[in-house]
Amino acid sequence: MYRKVIFPVDLSHIDQLTKALATAADLAKHYGAEICYVGVTGEAPAPGARSPADYADKLAAFASEQASKHGVTTASKACVSHDPSVDTDKTLMSAINELGGDLVVMQTHAPSAMDYIWAGHGDTIAAHADVSVFLVR
Amino acid sequence: MSQEDDIEAIPEPEGASEVIETDYEIGQDNITPKIGPFGLDIHNPVFAISGLVVVAFVILTLMFQDSVGPAFSAMRGFLTSTFDWFFLSAANVFVIVCLGILVSPLGKVRIGGLDATPDYSYLGWFAMLFAAGMGIGLMFFGVLEPVYYFGTPWGDNPLGGDLGIVEGALADPETVESARRLAMASTIFHWGLHPWAIYAIVALSLALFAYNKGLPLTVRSIFYPIFGERIWGWPGHIIDILAVFATIFGLSTSLGLGAQQASAGLGFVLGMPDLGASITTSLVLIAIITGMALISVLRGLDGGVKILSEINMGLALLLMVFVLLVGPTLVLLGNVLGNIGAYFSEVVSLSNPVGREDDGFRQGWTAFYWAWWISWSPFVGMFIARVSRGRSVREFITCVLIIPTLASAIWMTTFGGTAIQQLIDNASEAAVFSYVIDSYVPELSLFGMLSELPLASITMVIAIVLVIVFFVTSSDSGSLVIDTITAGGKINAPVSQRVFWVIFEGLVAASLLLGGGLAALQAASVSTGLPFALVLLLACYALIRGLMSEPR
Repeated sequence: MYRKVIFPVDLSHIDQLTKALATAADLAKHYGAEICYVGVTGEAPAPGARSPADYADKLAAFASEQASKHGVTTASKACVSHDPSVDTDKTLMSAINELGGDLVVMQTHAPSAMDYIWAGHGDTIAAHADVSVFLVR
Repeated sequence: MSQEDDIEAIPEPEGASEVIETDYEIGQDNITPKIGPFGLDIHNPVFAISGLVVVAFVILTLMFQDSVGPAFSAMRGFLTSTFDWFFLSAANVFVIVCLGILVSPLGKVRIGGLDATPDYSYLGWFAMLFAAGMGIGLMFFGVLEPVYYFGTPWGDNPLGGDLGIVEGALADPETVESARRLAMASTIFHWGLHPWAIYAIVALSLALFAYNKGLPLTVRSIFYPIFGERIWGWPGHIIDILAVFATIFGLSTSLGLGAQQASAGLGFVLGMPDLGASITTSLVLIAIITGMALISVLRGLDGGVKILSEINMGLALLLMVFVLLVGPTLVLLGNVLGNIGAYFSEVVSLSNPVGREDDGFRQGWTAFYWAWWISWSPFVGMFIARVSRGRSVREFITCVLIIPTLASAIWMTTFGGTAIQQLIDNASEAAVFSYVIDSYVPELSLFGMLSELPLASITMVIAIVLVIVFFVTSSDSGSLVIDTITAGGKINAPVSQRVFWVIFEGLVAASLLLGGGLAALQAASVSTGLPFALVLLLACYALIRGLMSEPR
């Protein structure tokens, strides 16, 4: 039913993503789908990555590590944003379309009153993406 | 395992660059407190110290409104008259370093690595750096400054040269021409190579150490070649805190000027001078503009600042072309090259730091300007750096130094030239005479000039809109910069922090306006300019060292 699972990932919070990563891997195995890990970075040096190219390498390494850990086919895509504080959702949306993903799995935080003002990334993607979105709390 | 490559993906290897090896992780000193529902990601202690000291400063200003104004003015007078030689010499060094890099092989270095490609088109890039660099100032001083030098009765004419109008009577044609020429040359001098060289040094250093050397995008990174690993400790904290101060006070100066000019203009257009002169109007304008800046901040760099900058450039161009067409067109066109020539022939004597008799001009104008540009440089420099990845150093200096200088010269020729022509035609009957020379009402000088041209009510409204939009752009890009510095160079910190800084800047501008009007604003900005001038001289050394180690 699904051929390509998109998994938006923030490399600095991998430790909090365990449940979502496992969920994505199980789904991918079940449907024989590929997982593509998508990360968004700015052009300026950021924690853990000193240039966009460095970030892409780290993301690729993360993807292959997940591939051997869960036994699924993986890919990665690093997107550059001029202003990641604001443009992350927009960048993710266009990456989902470009990559031709048919399912998005992503980690999200528990809802709170703040979400009415600033929605979390998961909420925004779920509200606007054309494809199915699986939010893992 | 595959790597997807398409438009959004990172341009694969960015080409050779000389990355600095350090064990410092960006954000390692950051703390992530939660205040209510707001999660923050801020540098400890830069955020707290700069925030608290600025708050203390604002509270003290509000408490001692009557004594703060004169104290600031005295300090400003002391600094610009005692250290004028230092400001002038430092600015000369910056121009020489920039021109040296431009013509040397170092110009081949590319920001972001040899194969990096630019993030923004020339138009968007130029619009952003011009709006951030001079915007409001051009509106405020475009008419004021040339007219002032042409006929100042206060003895602070440039180089002690000829005056075109004395006690309301026009001098003979030869003296008028010489006064006009010197007035234009001096104005272009203050808006030409020197200010842009100051910006270029800061911007180029920041861009180099962030995009090529892989250090965090914050002011302290420039000093890695000098201080080494110590920049992650207190020497670096102090530099960053100083940069935040300079930015907040520098911005407040311009925001204050902008609000006063817009409110004076509003009063002038509506025929209600009382409304225009009241501080309440200025305060309401600051509130409105801060609100607009908030919206722009929430839309991000591409959706906010970039679009606003392009609107600014379009409107400014429209206004300039209009003035050019309905003003003394032939005189202005004939003078453009002449004024640029006058600038180049006078620039050496105007920038000479010692052995001059024109104290009033050199200390009151030039030294003040240089201090002002220097206090703006961390802000403008950070912002220019942020949007300049992928340009070669030669391209960078051409577009940040040479082209803006020419643009300023054309702007000043149009606005100042038209105003001086009004003086030559009508002498003491001209509106600009009454606002600049007879009674000094600087914020009305632009509107005085426009009022004597056709379609005055339309152009004055455009001018007010332009001042407001420039104001919003500065406030937005300023908060972007302060947020990056106080987040230890992280550009993906929560947006709520930028919102905080936008509101904070509005409050500082408002309280400084209440505390002592312009004198307080100007003095505050000058005093951060002095320590930063020293810091920038060190930066020149670090920049050249950094460029020399890059592949080219």
